[in-house]
Parts: sequence; structure tokens; C-alpha cells
Amino acid sequence: MPVLHSAPKIASNEGVLDALVAALGPKVVSAKEEHGEIVLTIARDEIENALRILRDDHEYQQMMEMAGVDYPSRPERFEVVYMLLSVTKNHRIMAKVTAAEHTPVPTITTLWPNAGWLEREVFDMYGVIFAGNKDLRRILTDYGFEGHPFRKDFPLTGYQELRYSEEDKRVVYEPVSLAQDLRQFDFMSPWEGADYILPGDEKAPAPAAPAAAPTPKATESKADTGAGEKANEKAVEKESAPAPAKTEDGKAPEAPKETESRPDKGDVK
Amino acid sequence: MLLEQSPTTGDEVITNYTINFGPQHPAAHGVLRMVMELDGEIIERIDPHVGLLHRGTEKLIEHKTYLQALPYFDRLDYCSPLGMEHSYVLAIEKLLNLEVPLRAQYLRVLFAELTRICNHMMNMGSHIMDIGAMTPNLWLFEIREDCLNFFERASGARMHSAWFRPGGVHQDVPLKLLTDIADWLDTRLPELFEDALSLVADNRIFKQRNVDIATVSKEDALAWGFSGPMIRGSGIAWDIRKAQPYDVYDRMDFEVPVGTSGDCYDRFMCRAEEVRQSARIMKQCLREMPEGPVASTDRKVVPPKRAEMKSSMESLIHHFKLYTEGFHVPAGEVYVATESPKGEFGVYLVSDGSNKPYRCKIRPTAFSHLQAMDFMSKGHMLPDATAILGAMDIVFGECDR
Repeated sequence: MPVLHSAPKIASNEGVLDALVAALGPKVVSAKEEHGEIVLTIARDEIENALRILRDDHEYQQMMEMAGVDYPSRPERFEVVYMLLSVTKNHRIMAKVTAAEHTPVPTITTLWPNAGWLEREVFDMYGVIFAGNKDLRRILTDYGFEGHPFRKDFPLTGYQELRYSEEDKRVVYEPVSLAQDLRQFDFMSPWEGADYILPGDEKAPAPAAPAAAPTPKATESKADTGAGEKANEKAVEKESAPAPAKTEDGKAPEAPKETESRPDKGDVK
Repeated sequence: MLLEQSPTTGDEVITNYTINFGPQHPAAHGVLRMVMELDGEIIERIDPHVGLLHRGTEKLIEHKTYLQALPYFDRLDYCSPLGMEHSYVLAIEKLLNLEVPLRAQYLRVLFAELTRICNHMMNMGSHIMDIGAMTPNLWLFEIREDCLNFFERASGARMHSAWFRPGGVHQDVPLKLLTDIADWLDTRLPELFEDALSLVADNRIFKQRNVDIATVSKEDALAWGFSGPMIRGSGIAWDIRKAQPYDVYDRMDFEVPVGTSGDCYDRFMCRAEEVRQSARIMKQCLREMPEGPVASTDRKVVPPKRAEMKSSMESLIHHFKLYTEGFHVPAGEVYVATESPKGEFGVYLVSDGSNKPYRCKIRPTAFSHLQAMDFMSKGHMLPDATAILGAMDIVFGECDR
């Protein structure tokens, strides 16, 4: 495909991918070239050695950036991407490793001192642990912050909000309370494969139920209407109080007391 | 703090003490807290605490369409908004492989260089003021004010322009604006700038405060991920505009200034020369700029103008679809870095093929530079910290995102 865009032009990628894959050997899990970017996926435990080879033998002197990415559906959900720059060859490549919450990634602070803060940031935002980083503190979030905010399952609104309290004369932390729901529009056309059901679109196929053992149909209570969860909830709401139980001596319980008659309004003219 | 008594001499043993520089300090250029360990007035260790301005921009961008995410970039480095937008629109265009008309490329380069001048006025002025001189800052701010007026005339906003768009720029500029910029480049800019600089460039006090302060070797500059005036100040002629040209920088005729000793004075003078080179690039842009469209005519990415929308049904549909759903970007990942006034500003954009970025990692220039604060200021005096910080050119909107 001819290059039409006017983004920065680096030295040719011709042959670079094959040369790097050959040089790194089994350390490379996969390699690809897309959109003019060379991306090498490296075995996690070998990342430090692989980057050292790239730095010392292939002139990628600068590690400009490190980015975490979260793909929750993958078994190892995080990716850590390293952007390398060669100022002598005028070339850029990306190297990446995958990681899960409890699988530490070897630190590369031994290779580039500026990796320290970048690893701290990935740790802060995603909770990826870097083995060997001596200063793995949080960096961007608040002192005492809990959680890892850039994970895809962390809500955009967060959990805590803070304000200055006039009574306490200090800043207080409170759970987030929104005056109106956070509105999220994705504007995807429902005819082009939006993966949600429009509210009120009862003709849409229900989301595929998880494959579980079929439960025998039984109506233990009135709430089991057999017409779906919504109907069940409604049934529970409308269900009247259960019949009064019999008393110990076998007699039927007494009739409920008469309700109080309305106050005499005789004096009201 | 209790001081130990020395058992032999009876003298007091002086221990290091720790002070907070910031978070509210006029020379911190924003909300920066630096925990400094001092031995008398000598800095032993600095631990910068950043993140006080963290707004979660990258997370917010994941919840917006590509076009809605653009104005966030103005608010990163609010001293050079168009420099930030430049990386982002180029990243989108790289994923889309979208051609940008030549006039739009010239306009982008013209305004990116105006942004560079604008940014350097702010930085150089405050650097000078941090170490005690008042007047040059006022004169440089006058230039900055002119720049902001030009931005306003082009985009309608003084700072947060949102003027670079995927596929080109938002609106064409009137001819009068271009001629006014040309006049300004010939008359006002050199006069004000050279006057202000003549007060400090050879000034004895200014040199005493900057020369040989925080010297960074070439090896350190590479290892610490320096870029922009910071790496050029250390003597490495690395400029992304020259080495990896984007838009029409490959047609531009300009020189890359480098420092000789890598100290604060070199970094300052690199910026001074960059301003002159930027003026040169701008003049060339104005000379060569062709007529033509200012945005791609690919209607699946760039919305039509409102006037067109009033008469054409197809334009109306495109306009509606692009301003609600937005355009879809092919799946993939790119890292695009441009030479922003402060250094390499990069955007790592991951697309899953939908109308929103899956991940947008922003590479701020300040993060790598500020991290080097510790080793750069070790052994220097406390008042040198402001000079070092001033020569780094840090803005916290960008550093903390």
C-alpha cells in the first residue's frame, strides 16, 4: 500500500524485521510489521536481555517511552510496550511483553535510568509489577490511592472524590456521588454491529447465556414465573403476604382485629 | 531534630536536612513538589513528586471518539497547544493512511512554528525571571501576546485552538492574517526578541547563574531519554523535524542549533536560536504556500463545511454521522512522535477498529527530563535548582496528563 500520510518518515524498514528476529532468536515470541511499525513481542523473562542486545548491538540507544495496555479478555491481560529509538540509524521499533497481575516483568532500569519513572507509571496505572525496580512507588495518583485506574474495569468516574469541607477545615474524601448518571454515548449504529441491546428492543436476540447444566424447571414459589428475570422481579413485588400460620394449639388463628373505625366526625358540621 | 553530640571533638555533627520545594512555588512552573535533601545549601538528593495535576486524560480519551479527544491535547502542554495536536492528528492519519492536502501541511507547519516561538517566549522569559531579571520577561510576553492573537484569528481561541484536525486543519486562514504574520516576522519579532535577548545573552549575572550549571554529557542525554533542546544542548544534533520529517518539513530550509558543553546556558541559547530558525521556516512557508483545500476531501473522515451541508443531502448525512458516530479507524497500533517545542512528544495509539481509541498513551517530554533532575542538580546550590528547572522547560499539564 503506498504511503499517503505525512507522519514522520523514518529510515526504511526493509530487512530490519528479519535481521532483528534472527539476532534475538528464541527470545522473540512473534514479530510483525503493520502500519509501518515494527513490533516485536518478546518472552517476558528475556526482555532485559533482548533490549540489551537491541541497545548494544543494533544501536537503539534511546528508550523513549513505555506504555501499558490492558486487554481484559486475554489470559495475560497486560501488555508493556517499549518504544526504542536509534538516533544513528534514524529508526524506531516497538518491543512488547505480556504480563498478568501476578507475573512480574524484569526491570530495565539496569539499561536505561529513565525507565524508573516509566515503570512506576505502568505499575501505578495498571498494577504490573516490575521485578528489580528498587523504587516501585505510585507516581501519578494521589498519596494513599487504591486501585489501578487505567485498567479497563476501573470506572471512569473512580470511587473516591474529594472536596474542601468548610466544617472540618480540611479536604475530605467521600465516595463518588453523581448528581446525574454518567452518560456514555458510543454512537455506534445499531445496524452495523453494536454489541449492546437498545433499550426497549425486545426483538433483539438475548445475549447468549453461559453454557451451564440445564436446571429442571420448577415453580417453587410464585416468583418463578418462567417468563424471565424481569417478570420474576415483578411477581415478587406483587406477591401478597403469606397466609398466617396456624397457632400451636391447632386452632385457626384469630381473625384479625377490626380496623379502627374512622374517627367520629359527628362534630364536624 | 536532635543533633548528636560527637563523642570525640564535642562539636555538633551537622546532619542533612530535608525541605519541600513546592507544591506551590513560583519557580516550580506549576504544581511540582520536590523533596530536597540539603547539606547546608548544597543539594544532595532530589525526589520530585509529580502527579498533582493528573487528570486521567488517557482514560478520558478512551471514552471519546477520535475527534472529541482532540481538544484534550491542547490542555496537556498549555504553552504550546498546537504542538500536541500535531502528534495526535498525525497518528490518526498514519493509521488511516490519509493524505493531507499540501496547503494544510504548510498551514500546520506555519502554526507549529508559531507555537514554538510562543512556547519559547514563555519558557525563556520565566527562566530569566527565575534567576532574577524582570524586564526581558515582560518584553518576551509581548511577543507571546502577538502569537496568541494570531492563534485567535486563525481558530477563534487564544490557547486551546483545536485547529489541527485529522485530515488537515479546521478552517482556512484569511489572507490578511498571513500578511500580518509576515509583517510581524519582519518587524516586531526581531526587534522585541533581540532587544530582550541582548539584556541577558552576554550578561555577567545571567552567565554566572547558568554557565556550567547542570552539565549533561552526550551519553547521559541519550541514556535518560532526552529530546528537543535538552539533547541538542548536550551537543547531539537530533531534531525530529530534520531527521524524520513530517508534513512539509522536508522542504524547509533551516538549521539545527547545538550546544557545546550541555549546561543550562547552552539549553537557553539553543532555544534562542530555534526562535530565529522558526521565524525562517515561517517565512519560507508564507512564500511557498499554495492555494487549495485545507482538509482532505475524504468525506468518510473529514466532515463537509456547513454551507455545503445546507444544499447537499449527502453532505448532511456525512456531517451528522461524523459529528455523532465519528469515523472508524482500522485496527492497529502506531507510535508517532513529533518535535514539539519541548522535545519529543509522542502518541502511542492503539485502535481496535471502532470509533474510539482503544488506548492512547501520551509520551510527555517533561517526564524524562524531570526524572533527570536528581542527577543534574546533585552537588549544586539550592538557588541553582530554579535555573535547572527553568532550562528544562516543564509544564505540568503535560507531565502529569
